Amino acid sequence: MAEASVVEVVLESDLKNVEVAEEIARRVSGTAGFEEDDQHKIDMAVHETLINAIWHGNKNDPSKRVWMRFEIFSDRLEIRVRDQGNGYDPNRVANPLANENILSVSGRGIFLIRTFMDEFRVESKAGEGTEVTLVKRLSSNNTAEPRREEP
Amino acid sequence: MSMKATLRRVDTVTVVDMSGRITLGEGCTQLRELIRDQMSKGNKHLLLNLADITYIDSSGIGELVSGFTSVSNQGGHLKLLNLTKKVHDLLQITKLYTVFDVHDDEAKAITSFAS
Repeated sequence: MAEASVVEVVLESDLKNVEVAEEIARRVSGTAGFEEDDQHKIDMAVHETLINAIWHGNKNDPSKRVWMRFEIFSDRLEIRVRDQGNGYDPNRVANPLANENILSVSGRGIFLIRTFMDEFRVESKAGEGTEVTLVKRLSSNNTAEPRREEP
Repeated sequence: MSMKATLRRVDTVTVVDMSGRITLGEGCTQLRELIRDQMSKGNKHLLLNLADITYIDSSGIGELVSGFTSVSNQGGHLKLLNLTKKVHDLLQITKLYTVFDVHDDEAKAITSFAS
């Protein structure tokens, strides 16, 4: 069985770093063998997760960090994002598809993450921040062999 | 890359050719100020041309909804033109596709403001 590939990065809490995370997500998901459509979904899920971590979790405090880990397995990509905020319960977020929420200005981020990824887990511990785990499985449509980066 | 917007007037309609990203921060702020500015000038027919929008996130969608509601509440109309597949899919997923008046032909979109 092939060894998992891991990319870890620590980012300052600055919205400009969301684009950095997106770029990493695109490269890693491409390397993992995902096709363009799924790469975009992973990219968007990472974007929304980073927004939650930087904006809502770390309150845009530049002294706080966001840790990210991308791990490529033979059948899936796992992404973990940890912030230094107070955490949240994703089950308490209102359903944005409910008639009374359709015209709501906010509340679609977690819905998009759930829609685009196969698994979405949130663990919050007081004083230890929030860790979000995203999983995207390589489907039968993504039959490309994981790419090896040129040396 | 942030958002760029170029405005032109066609009949009674302000067409806003947008490019770049509508995301939390600069992109959303620019869109909010643009709509507010147009409404303050009495330009209540807005057609947002999204053909060159490369990225829109949940906050960007929220900003479009906010603009739509704000313009409608002031007796105007905000319509969308030339959605990319990604934006189209996002509006479908969030059930907003039927909320917005979406066009892929500019001339027909302009005409629709008169009806």
